[in-house]
Amino acid sequence: MTTDKKNQNSIRAMIKENKSRRSQSAVMEKVVPKFFMICAVISIFTTLGIVFTLLTETFTFFSRVSIVEFFTNTHWFPFTADDNADYGILALVMGTLTVTAIAMVVAIPVGLAAAIYLSEYASAKTRKFIKPILEVLAGIPTIVYGFFALTFVTPVLDSIIPGGISIFNALSPGIVVGIMIIPMIASLSEDAMNAVPNSMREGAMALGATRFEVAMKVVLPAALSGVIASFVLGISRAIGETMIVTIAGGSRPTADINITESIQTMTAYIVQVSQGDTGYGTTIYYSIYAVGMTLFVFTLIMNLLAQFISRKFREEY
Amino acid sequence: MALINKESVKKKMGSRIAANNFAKFLFILATSFSLLVLGVLLFRILDEGLPYLSLDFITSFASRLPERAGIWAALVGTIWIMTVTAPVSFILGVGTAIYLEEYAKKNAFTKFVQINIANLAGVPSIVFGLLGLTIFVRLAGLGSSVLAGGLTMSLLILPVIVVASQEAIRTVPKEIREASFGMGATKWQTIRRIVFPAALPGILTGTILALSRAVGETAPLLVVGALAYVAFVPENLLSSFTVLPIQLYNWTSRPQEDFHMLAASGIIILMIILLIMNSIAVYIRNKFHKRF
Amino acid sequence: MDITINKKSVQKGKEEQEVTPVFNINNLNLWYGQDHALKDIKFDIPEKQVTAIIGPSGCGKSTFIKTLNRMVEMVPIVRMSGEIIYRDKNIFDPKYGVEELRTQVGMVFQKPNPFPKSIYDNVAYGPRIHGIKNKKVLDEVVEKSLRGAAIWDEVKDRLNENAFGLSGGQQQRLCIARCLAIEPDVILMDEPTSALDPISTLKVEELVQELKKEYSIVIVTHNMQQAARISDRTAFFLNGEVVEYTDTSTLFSNPSDKRTEDYITGRFG
Repeated sequence: MTTDKKNQNSIRAMIKENKSRRSQSAVMEKVVPKFFMICAVISIFTTLGIVFTLLTETFTFFSRVSIVEFFTNTHWFPFTADDNADYGILALVMGTLTVTAIAMVVAIPVGLAAAIYLSEYASAKTRKFIKPILEVLAGIPTIVYGFFALTFVTPVLDSIIPGGISIFNALSPGIVVGIMIIPMIASLSEDAMNAVPNSMREGAMALGATRFEVAMKVVLPAALSGVIASFVLGISRAIGETMIVTIAGGSRPTADINITESIQTMTAYIVQVSQGDTGYGTTIYYSIYAVGMTLFVFTLIMNLLAQFISRKFREEY
Repeated sequence: MALINKESVKKKMGSRIAANNFAKFLFILATSFSLLVLGVLLFRILDEGLPYLSLDFITSFASRLPERAGIWAALVGTIWIMTVTAPVSFILGVGTAIYLEEYAKKNAFTKFVQINIANLAGVPSIVFGLLGLTIFVRLAGLGSSVLAGGLTMSLLILPVIVVASQEAIRTVPKEIREASFGMGATKWQTIRRIVFPAALPGILTGTILALSRAVGETAPLLVVGALAYVAFVPENLLSSFTVLPIQLYNWTSRPQEDFHMLAASGIIILMIILLIMNSIAVYIRNKFHKRF
Repeated sequence: MDITINKKSVQKGKEEQEVTPVFNINNLNLWYGQDHALKDIKFDIPEKQVTAIIGPSGCGKSTFIKTLNRMVEMVPIVRMSGEIIYRDKNIFDPKYGVEELRTQVGMVFQKPNPFPKSIYDNVAYGPRIHGIKNKKVLDEVVEKSLRGAAIWDEVKDRLNENAFGLSGGQQQRLCIARCLAIEPDVILMDEPTSALDPISTLKVEELVQELKKEYSIVIVTHNMQQAARISDRTAFFLNGEVVEYTDTSTLFSNPSDKRTEDYITGRFG
């Protein structure tokens, strides 16, 4: 008991004594939040850096190439003497949009069907088996998908399409980009459908509706904003996708739509220039920023649209 | 007189059930399609890649001759990039998350940072490449170096780490924060000794998944100026470099079938690395799942 | 049983004049936004006694106890006026650090809230954050605090196991031990048994009786029998006001206010 007493005095005394040496930790209390705030500010600077970089270099580009030509010319042919060069972004945009459209034709029905299956039909056990597989699909690097498109999908298409298909074409990367996006659409749409309360399902089932009717007439309409937002995000991903289209799409920009022929997307052009021996300061060098800017605007609009849709039309349950 | 004709309801029932079954079949078909693709993809890669896979393949440099080519430079380059990216993105990402969750007041600035991070996550990776090219390679004068590439990758995966860390920090119950404050702990003591350790498993899982994404990224590093053909390993942070996906891209884009098989062998190595990283992440997630 | 407690309380009542107060609360007002949650609170809390605070839910009793260690300020929209004097110091004085106050005035919460750490680390947390690193000292503090909270015998063989493995009642006593480790002057208890089973509740109540030899205790409870069993003085709160504050025995046997009488006889609340 006496040692306890002594001990008690000493603990209180020790805490008191330590307190007088607290100035160091008081400094930490002031410095630490500032440091963390700087971290947060860096993310803002990243955005500012992207916008600033794209804008300044794009301005330089437009000091050499007419902005009117950029938007109206349908040819993109920079690798020639400066006088003959064509900088019509439409050719690259069409390549990007062709691939994106094909990708969506694959990804939307398959992704949505998988989402409906997982959310409305599948047992917990099946879900536990399928969701990790979708996660694996989502985690495969795009370079691997690109390899798959070039060495497997293109030859398969070549053998089944009458008249064959070019080695580089829009169809094969389009399909593979679509496959890449399936897990994203499936999981985001499933999340939206899972958020629909069970009471709504039970209400419809109690009236004798089949699962299919419940899914189509109750769950899907209720989750529509989230589902559509997932499509829009999928489109944004497809537009920004680089390696699959670089490897399997080719490097022939064209504004004509022919899905069995070689095309070039905006992203593939940037890679092509980065890979070449284009010197710093040439018009071609600046052109990748003008293309990057166009790409950035496209994806930004899609991302903001997706946020707007999911916020604006959010169902209140 | 009944308003509903029971007979016609009954008659329609059969076709409604048939529609349900048919739809279910289609939904299962669509879901199986994903499984099928994964199966075919893995089979193709193993089929093409296994013949070239050997210890020599891992320890050799790139070569014009397919039978002598290896991925050593790319493998070491990837590790170099990760040694820059992992600490930088971890510190920035977790720091941002702690700031947003623990210190920031709920004002316009905080909301702006949050929206900004959400939008950054949607910017195509190749645009980050353009940012890195201008800011790190040219303006900062780092050249096409490991440091420039690593910093570019850090910014690319930053939003993922921030969001994952925020979610992890949010799962720490407010009761244990109160307990800490109630004993006279300061804010920083509470964060460092209670909140951060409790959130760490979630933060680590998110960080490893983000890093595994960086390991597989090609486009930003191509733009930053990573080399496609390298017969040396980086010596320091300012050395030029290549990474695994770029080496694979290089092989894939050659016309010869032999190089495609090399690419497939490299893909196997890349996928094994990603598999290991993901397994660690999943292990951490399951081990510390739902402690509160 | 009730009679003996009452007798003790009566004896305590006689000594009242000699007991020094640890807290003097003067004209304390508190608002959550527009909501006036505490109105002109004014009373003293005596040293080394158990002061119970009772009242219907929403009467401000939890808010009140949290003002004593300023935990209430964690709610961002809170505003306060008046003063709380703790041993001659105004706790709202900017020079008087909130960390220093909380080192002196410990708290046990409604729900057991151990840290996701080992039992040992839970108890050693307080001393450690206050700069005590010596392993031998920490070992002693941990044992003494766990003994003080009457849980030592149950956990002494598994000090390095996670505290989440303990039962609810054990967790709450661990939280009390954690609180004792920095040897506070006052212990605030915010409905400490509301999440516990009857047997654990009994153990905590016995513990409170034991602890008041060394500590001044303020306990919020929704359970009138509990207040009657363990406290020396009781305050009855209603709508943010102190309706009556006196010896526990007096309050329960001979309340002077009609509202107190209605409450303790179960007419409302």
